[in-house]
Order: sequence, then structure tokens, then C-alpha cells
Amino acid sequence: MTTSSIAVTGLIAGGAVLGALLGLVAYVTLLERKFAARMQSRIGPYRVGPHGLLQPIADGVKLLLKEDIIPTDADKRIFTLAPLVFVVPCLMIFATIPFAPGLGVADLNIGVLFFMAVSSMEIVGLFMAGWSSNNKYALISAMRAVNQIISYDLPFIMAALVPVLLTGSLKLSEIAHAQEGLWFIFYPVLGQLGFIAFIVASVAAENRVPFDILEAESELVAGFRVEYSGMKFAIIQLGEYAHVLGTSFLGSLLFLGAWAGPGPWWLGPGWFLLKALLIFLLITWVRWSFIRIRVDQILQISWKLLLPLTVLLVMATAVTVVMRSGTGE
Amino acid sequence: MSADTAIPVVRTLDYTGAERLTMNMGPQHPSAHGVFRAILTLEGEKVVAVDAVIGYLHRCHEKLAETLTYAQYPSIASKTDYVAAMTSELAYVMAAEEIAKIEVPKRAEYLRVLVAELQRIASHCLWLGTWCMDMGGALGGGATIFLYCIRERELVLDLFESLTGARLLYGFHQVGGVRYDVPEGWMEQCRQTIDLIDKRIDEYQEMLEGNAFFLMRTQGVGVISKELALDVGVCGPLLRGSGVAFDLRRVAPYSSYQDFDFRVPVETAGDCFARYRVRMAEFRESIKIVRQIIAGLPEGPISSRPGLKSVAQVRVPKGEAYTRVEGARGEVGCYLIGDGTAKPYRMKWRGASFSNLAVLPHIIPGHAVADVVAIMGSVDPVFGEVDR
Repeated sequence: MTTSSIAVTGLIAGGAVLGALLGLVAYVTLLERKFAARMQSRIGPYRVGPHGLLQPIADGVKLLLKEDIIPTDADKRIFTLAPLVFVVPCLMIFATIPFAPGLGVADLNIGVLFFMAVSSMEIVGLFMAGWSSNNKYALISAMRAVNQIISYDLPFIMAALVPVLLTGSLKLSEIAHAQEGLWFIFYPVLGQLGFIAFIVASVAAENRVPFDILEAESELVAGFRVEYSGMKFAIIQLGEYAHVLGTSFLGSLLFLGAWAGPGPWWLGPGWFLLKALLIFLLITWVRWSFIRIRVDQILQISWKLLLPLTVLLVMATAVTVVMRSGTGE
Repeated sequence: MSADTAIPVVRTLDYTGAERLTMNMGPQHPSAHGVFRAILTLEGEKVVAVDAVIGYLHRCHEKLAETLTYAQYPSIASKTDYVAAMTSELAYVMAAEEIAKIEVPKRAEYLRVLVAELQRIASHCLWLGTWCMDMGGALGGGATIFLYCIRERELVLDLFESLTGARLLYGFHQVGGVRYDVPEGWMEQCRQTIDLIDKRIDEYQEMLEGNAFFLMRTQGVGVISKELALDVGVCGPLLRGSGVAFDLRRVAPYSSYQDFDFRVPVETAGDCFARYRVRMAEFRESIKIVRQIIAGLPEGPISSRPGLKSVAQVRVPKGEAYTRVEGARGEVGCYLIGDGTAKPYRMKWRGASFSNLAVLPHIIPGHAVADVVAIMGSVDPVFGEVDR
């Protein structure tokens, strides 16, 4: 293949994934709203289209048409740039995810590493938004963001290392293939603990309740995005949901056997999506059940509990892998 | 700040200094509980000083009372504490009755207690919901509890609606008794509602107290010591949460509270969790009182005076009286001076939220920003009653 044809295929694949992703993100918001409504004995969106099915489109149009307000004292260039800096990493994490054997934009041999590296870059956009808004709520939120995301990316990486060690590869498609016999979540003890740690750390890294101290609307109104309106706000929302969805896909790939499932091979992507949505609903369930905890408590949970435990877990996994290969050879 | 004052005067605090940030919380803020404004001075996440500003909801209630007759004002009195509207109506008509030496029939007294306790349940429902929403977020678990609580509050409001025709501001009390008798089938509906709420309260308590995050957010937060509580003059669940067993229904029984069997819940820790425990226990006690009334509501007239035909029908002789009732938020007092006409000469409210709010500057400094909303919510102020 020539360089140019690789570039063209990459562009087409990237465009296709991006398009599908944007649609999925829009409808995931509807899923969450419906799910939350049922939890709270409500009906949820019901007016736009049958059972509110057109609600995400109406929301999108509304946000597009809204006035875009930039505060007078804001740092205009950074304020405008921040949503982009935030959303690009959130969308880029999908690049390495193989949706079926051979069906992905770029199946890198450092897939997991790429995912972690890119997803933690969103913090730059967050901080830019909080700082440039020139608003005290946004500033405090941005400070909290840096604190929290750095604290939770470490246990997140550690938890994701468990399947990596079990497979012996950072390549996402290989991790998926390695689970064809046994999904890693069913791997005795290590798999379950790893999955729990992964979910807790990802809820925190995604800034969702009970770890949503960045948004914390009862204290900081809307946190770092308090001054954003219209499409800039929509882009930030899009990035957040894309991040949650991307992490759900990663979780289903690392622990739930990705596209493995009964039925013919072409059902694979369907199973993958279903598992990812299950993880998404699990995170949503947590979100709509718990109350928020305080900043110092969040940091304590991370540094004093989650990080040591996940490090121990990674070490235990490493020992297991060595012993297993030792007996094999 | 002078050295000889026992309680620090917060207004003279120095807002300047290295790393200090002055942040305005309210009057328009998601957890301002109406229109409270707190000027916070922060060092990082820590609050070092708070300046509480009130007065955004002042509506000249006391002056208004001088221009309205004794027949008109009870339905306006509702609007002081609009979350527990029955309370202030009762305090007002009791004051007028005391000056005019008007007897109230037994059935009316029982109905007054009945609506007062139902109102306490409704008010505490709203408190639990909003407080959890303060801590849990409108886009999280807090909203879930809030909607559950609102669902229960609605049931009580349905009862009030079929009793008085109104859901928020009732005008149920009148000088000499109450205005409406219970309609047919109402008692049965009331019993079912109470049973349902009794069951649901257990669920919520389990849901919250089984949640480590809830305990982390409430235990040891916003401690009001017994001495501070007595010094500042807080009342209601705040006072009882700080270990003082003071409840007007027990200490100075009014209406017909001496006829009922109930417990005054007291907690000694003085923190948000203690106040929560007190209110959760009060739910149970109110339900107990309502059940006793349903079992033994006496027959007879509901008012010792004829039904209202004209606004100037009630005339109160010269004299003055101070009556107080235990509302959902604490002691609600009404000071009334009659001058022989159909309108009072002067009226003064003592709002429970007002004196409870005074404790905030003493307990908030030293806590994190997130605790400010938890403490605010645990005080449960209603600004209609603070500013009047």
C-alpha cells in the first residue's frame, strides 16, 4: 500500500467512526435520561417523536441556535479554544478501539497506552476552560479537575494493566483475542477485582457522580463550563459523553471479551456495543444513586486506598503470569 | 475582632491576604435555598470566613398585618414560611384567641394538631430532598432522593387540597377554630398516606445510612455545640440535634398536644448527621400523633365562632399576647397587640429560620466549600420566614 492510499483509508475509516460516534453519543444521552427517569419513577423525555426518540436531535438544534456568549473579561482566544482542546482527545480515544476483528481506525501495538495517554490530555482543555472564563466558580473547578484527574488516572491505568499483563500485549485486538476462551472478568479473583477498580477509577476520571466535584452544581453552579453557552457548551458535553462511552468500550474490551458472543461472527460488533452500553448503564446507575463526596475525601480514596490496592493487584497479576508461564515451559 | 467577645464578630474579618479568594454564593445560586447570599472568603478549598447577607425576600409582612383584619391575615400568614404554611397561621390565630379569650372546641384543636403534624411531615420531606440534592447534585443521586421525597410530599399536599382547596397556602385556621371540617373518606385517605410514608421513610433511611458517602459527608460536619446552640438561640431540630431536649409541644403544650403520646427525639453530636437523625425521628413521631388523632377525633363543632360572613367580623379587645408553636423548623412566635378594632395595632413574627440562620457564621469557617451547602441544607432555612 502506498502512503497516500493509507492516508485515504485512514481518513475514510476515521470519518466513519466519528460519524457513528457522534450519533451514538447523542443517543446515549437519551438512554441515560430514560434510565435515570425510570430510577426516579419518572417517564423521561416523551414529547419529541415517539417515546422522545427525537429528543437528542431537538437538543442539538437548540444548542446550535443558542446565542454564543463570551464574557467580557474572559481570555477570548483560550476561552474559544478550550472546548476543542477538550473534545479532541475525547474523540481520539476511539481511534485505537477495534470494533470487530480488523475493523478499527488504527490497531496500534501500543493501543492501551495510547488510550490512557490521550484520555488524560482532556485535563488541558478543562483547565483552559476554567482559567480563561475568569470566573471564581470555574477557577475552583479547574483546580479540582487537575487534582482529581491526576489522582484517578493512576489507579485507572493500574486497573487496565491487569488484562494487559494477562495477555502480554498492549494491542487491543490481541487482548480481545486472548479472551476467546475466558473473559478476563471471569479470571479468578484478579479479573473481578480489576474490573471493580476499573469501574471506580473510570467513574472518577470521567467526573461523574459521586466524583463530579468539577461540575458540583450545588456548590460551583456548573464548574469549569459555567460561562459556556450554545455550541461551545454542546461540544464540552459531547466530549464528556464521548469519554464515558470510550471508557465503556475499553472496559468491555479489556474485561468482557469485546466482540465474543453467541451467534455468527458478524454479530460481533453488536455484542461489543451491547457490552459497552451495559458498562455505561452501570456507571449511570452509580451516578443516579450516590451523593457527591468532598474533594479531600476523593483524594484520600484515590491515594490511600485505590492506588495501593491496584498496585498490589498488578503485582499479584504479574506473579500469576510468571508462575503460569514458568509451569508451562 | 475584639478579644472580650465570646462569639467572634464576623463582619470585621479581613478579606485580604495571600491566597485568599472572596466568592459570592447567592442570592442566585442552586443551593441558596431561596435567596440567601453568603460571601465566602476562601483559602483554597477552605472557608475562612462567611458573611451572611439576608433581606432579599422582605415583603413587609408585619406592616401588612396592621392593614388586614383578623379574618384576612391567617391566609397571608401562610406566606411567611411557605414550606410549612400551617404553622404561622396557627401561631397568629392563637395570639388573637389569647387576647380575646376565645375558647376553641376540642374537635378544632385536634384538627389543628392533625394539620400541624401533616405539615411537619410535608416540610421534612422537602428538607430531606433538597438537602440530599445539595450534597448529591441535581444531576446525580441527590436528585433521585429529591424526587422520591417530593412524591411523598405531594401525597400530603393532596390531603391538604381536599381539606382546604389549596396545596401550598391554606388559610385553614380562623380565630375560634378551623375553617373546614374533614370531608367524607378523608380520614381513610389520610391513614393510607401515613402508612405509605411510614414505610418509605424506612427505605430512605436505609438507603442513606447504608451509604458510606452519605456518612462521610454528614458526620462531624457543621458541629453546633450545646453552648453555642444556647448562646445563639437556635431552635427546633438544630437545638435537639445539639443535645437540648426542648420542644414546645412538650415544654409548653399548646392546642391539644398534652393529649397525645409522643417522644421528643434528641441527639448529642450536634453535626449534620445528628440533625438528620432528629428529623427522621420526628417523621415517626408526627406519624404517631396523626395515627392517634385518626383513632380518636372527637365529634362536635369545628369553631366556637360563626362562619365568616365579612372581613371585619372578628374584633379583638385591647391587649397583647405572645404565642409560640413548634413548627417544622423550630419555634415560631407571634406577638400581637389588639386595640379593640378588627385589625391588630401591631404584629411581630419570630421566625425559626431567622434565629437558626444566625448560627451559620459560627460553624461554617474551617469547612470546605462542599460542606457549606451541606451545613446550609441541614439548617433548613426558608427565606420567606427569615426576611418576612
